[in-house]
Amino acid sequence: MLGQILVFGILVGALYGLVALGLSLVFGVTKILNVAHGELVMIGGYASFWAFSQLGLDPYLTIIISFVSLFLIGAFLYKLIFSRTVKLPEETKIKNTLLVAFGLSIILQNLALRFWTADERGITTSYLGTAFTVLGVRFPVVRLANLAVAVFFLVALQLFLRKTYTGKAIRATVQNWEAASLMGISIHKVYLISFAIGAALAGVAGTLVAVNYSIQPSMGLTWTLKALIVMVLGGLGSIPGTLVGGLILGVTESATSYFIDSNYSAVAGLVLFLLVLIFRPQGLFGAKEG
Amino acid sequence: MNKKRTISIVLLMIAIIGLALFPLLIKKDSTINLVILILLYMSLASSWNILGGYTGQTNLGHAAFFGIGSLATRLLWTGGFPFLPSFLVGGLIAVALALLIGIPAFKLRGVYFAIGTLALAQILNITVGNLFPEMSYNPDISNYQLLPRYYLFLVLVILTIGSAYFLVNSKWGLGMMAVREGEDAAESLGISALRHKLLALTVSAFFAGLVGGAFAYYHVSYYLNMPFSPEWTFDPMMMAYIGGTGTIIGPIIGSIFFVGLKQLLVWNVGEYHLIIFGTLFILIVLFLPGGLVELWKKAQTYLRRGPGQKKTTKPQVAKT
Repeated sequence: MLGQILVFGILVGALYGLVALGLSLVFGVTKILNVAHGELVMIGGYASFWAFSQLGLDPYLTIIISFVSLFLIGAFLYKLIFSRTVKLPEETKIKNTLLVAFGLSIILQNLALRFWTADERGITTSYLGTAFTVLGVRFPVVRLANLAVAVFFLVALQLFLRKTYTGKAIRATVQNWEAASLMGISIHKVYLISFAIGAALAGVAGTLVAVNYSIQPSMGLTWTLKALIVMVLGGLGSIPGTLVGGLILGVTESATSYFIDSNYSAVAGLVLFLLVLIFRPQGLFGAKEG
Repeated sequence: MNKKRTISIVLLMIAIIGLALFPLLIKKDSTINLVILILLYMSLASSWNILGGYTGQTNLGHAAFFGIGSLATRLLWTGGFPFLPSFLVGGLIAVALALLIGIPAFKLRGVYFAIGTLALAQILNITVGNLFPEMSYNPDISNYQLLPRYYLFLVLVILTIGSAYFLVNSKWGLGMMAVREGEDAAESLGISALRHKLLALTVSAFFAGLVGGAFAYYHVSYYLNMPFSPEWTFDPMMMAYIGGTGTIIGPIIGSIFFVGLKQLLVWNVGEYHLIIFGTLFILIVLFLPGGLVELWKKAQTYLRRGPGQKKTTKPQVAKT
């Protein structure tokens, strides 16, 4: 039974890690704390749901659609709103972007309610119930796909950041944006691309959420909180840390569901989060700041 | 200056007397309920403003304090305790909860307090929903009267705004604003940022708890976790920002504006008010950090100087 709890926790946790990946990238590069991230996940979910039910595409093919559409939406939102906070000093910037993102989450949530109604939607595929058993532990196919997709995007993001010119520019900006801009890197472009990629990753996570669970306009806050928990567990702004943080959250939740009550699984994550915030604010693996 | 002060005191008196007489003159329940809603938001937004506006600490979990106050009051009161002690206990429990999160979170800078309070409110929202899944009914429904509720909210508004006024005009209030403008600078002058933040949080949470208690007294039946839901944080926060954070009048204007616009839009086009409010809120945070109060001041200066002349005063330092 312990093996099953662990496996379930890890497979769900991979999805949590993916949800947090975009938020962490955006925060790490731009210092924008986008608490409307959960709403972007929601929109990604609806994009996939639409492509699945109207075009009859396989849900895993719709990842391309959710990725591209959220990339564009992210770029648009950055240009329209967040680019105006770039010049502020860091502490003010974090606070103002937090407030602005809250306003944005309210707008997106209510727009979604208008367009798509409050009904719960989900993507049901023929292979939804398929699972195979190894050593008495069940591996549901859609949950395994979470891990595959999360690892794929984590590796792809790492490669992008290490091998491409744009990726290197992003890393240079993280290290020292002033020096980077003196070297001819356009900070605005770096921020724009990072924000758009972060949104696109939220979109991909949205597809997985629509397959694993269900989507509805009010789901945003739950997923934003999960992403924030994972981000704090893994260390603010650390990209490999997010996957580890996601796995820890997933295992905590699945253990809570089994040993206590599934109604409290979200609470367990939040309590863990508060404890880390109080005792180890640099994250479980982060180095202590000076 | 003195003349101006007299005028504002007279205006304040007229407003209070007007509000006190209002339900006796207009006996329509729906109108009284509407004014109760405005009064509730006024005290909630003003209590948020003490910490969020004057001390610069963004509290994203005000619903936790509002909710815990309403929960404690409701449980004690429906359990047979007299109302007033239950009401006070609600406020005190909110303070205890605030210190529980505030002491650790304020030792850290920046976003930690904001996301910590957000998580706290959500923990309580889910937990209370799990513990009390059933609707809570007013046990004494046959004797329900609107007027005592109305006056409770009126007294609470006066207490909240009055306390906020005296607090921010005291030495402590100046310290709070100094912390907002720059923690390091304030600390270097011997102002303990932690103590000032905790004081502001205590006062803010106490009144939020009391408003929650009044809500528990006012509402006939509701789910006990409903006062913990995020809109009890975001609506008052938006009101404070739209009116103008860090001013006494800001949350008052903001809440009248919010409820008014909500009514107007519900009558005309359906529930669009949150989209409009969200947009307005973003615009204000980005371009007009002082809210409607600042807009009014700008308009006044403009009218006094005339359009042709140049500004002579120094530009205001943007609030952080």
